[in-house]
Amino acid sequence: MVTLGDYLIVSGILFTIGFAGVMLRRNIIIIFMSLELMLNAANLSLVAFSRFHVDPAGAPNYNAQVFVFFIITVAAAEVAVGLAIIVALFRARQTTHVEDITSLRF
Amino acid sequence: MPPFLFWIFALLMLVFGAAVVINRNPIASALNLVVSFLGLAALFISLDAYFIGIIQVLVYAGAIMVLFLFIIMLLDLRAEKLRKINWVASAGGVVVAFALLMQIFYVVGRFKSAGQPFPRMPGSTVDDVHNIGLLLFGNYNLPFQIIGVVILVATIGVIVLSRRELR
Repeated sequence: MVTLGDYLIVSGILFTIGFAGVMLRRNIIIIFMSLELMLNAANLSLVAFSRFHVDPAGAPNYNAQVFVFFIITVAAAEVAVGLAIIVALFRARQTTHVEDITSLRF
Repeated sequence: MPPFLFWIFALLMLVFGAAVVINRNPIASALNLVVSFLGLAALFISLDAYFIGIIQVLVYAGAIMVLFLFIIMLLDLRAEKLRKINWVASAGGVVVAFALLMQIFYVVGRFKSAGQPFPRMPGSTVDDVHNIGLLLFGNYNLPFQIIGVVILVATIGVIVLSRRELR
């Protein structure tokens, strides 16, 4: 039988993979992808809790699913803006390596 | 959903998620991320969240990953050359990530509800789009409109950022 804890553990491992990606990788696009992994790990635990709290009428708690919907929408906007910033940065510096982009001046 | 399907999809998601971090080629990373998101969508559907699962496939595995691939090909990124690795920083990252994982295991292990199976749902789940829509346009109407403004601002911001002369 699959329990709530299994989903939470899987979600935690996925979050840790994303976190390790942010900490270890030096390519700014890979770092951005790892951020998406972390967002999705949070979504997974939200949906697991939504399914865990079934109300007397037999429906899961839809508030969490609405919240996940909002997270996905904001993540889409964030990816668009972030990638535009990366493109602008690449035009200015011809690199996506974070150690080459250390000065704050443009 | 049978337990072995849960473990298959969870393993798929985690293995390809790890491949995203390990791969040196950004295009391979992006394609691995697509598979990881598909596994995650299967897990959402296993939790009876059909709407969220479909949104995950459409928005994440579809739109966002196409955007990533498009940008990678636009920038013409190749597999990165091996540079000198800063061992202290890498070891620090691994230690912090491992500590985080241990912390999550500890908290979930102490969490009382974590050992219980999911309760059965007597009601049908086919109408979850209906219920989410009711909540979205009723209870969460203001946040929904704010999300619309956020997307508008993001659209304008992207246009401003990607103009040729950034002055």
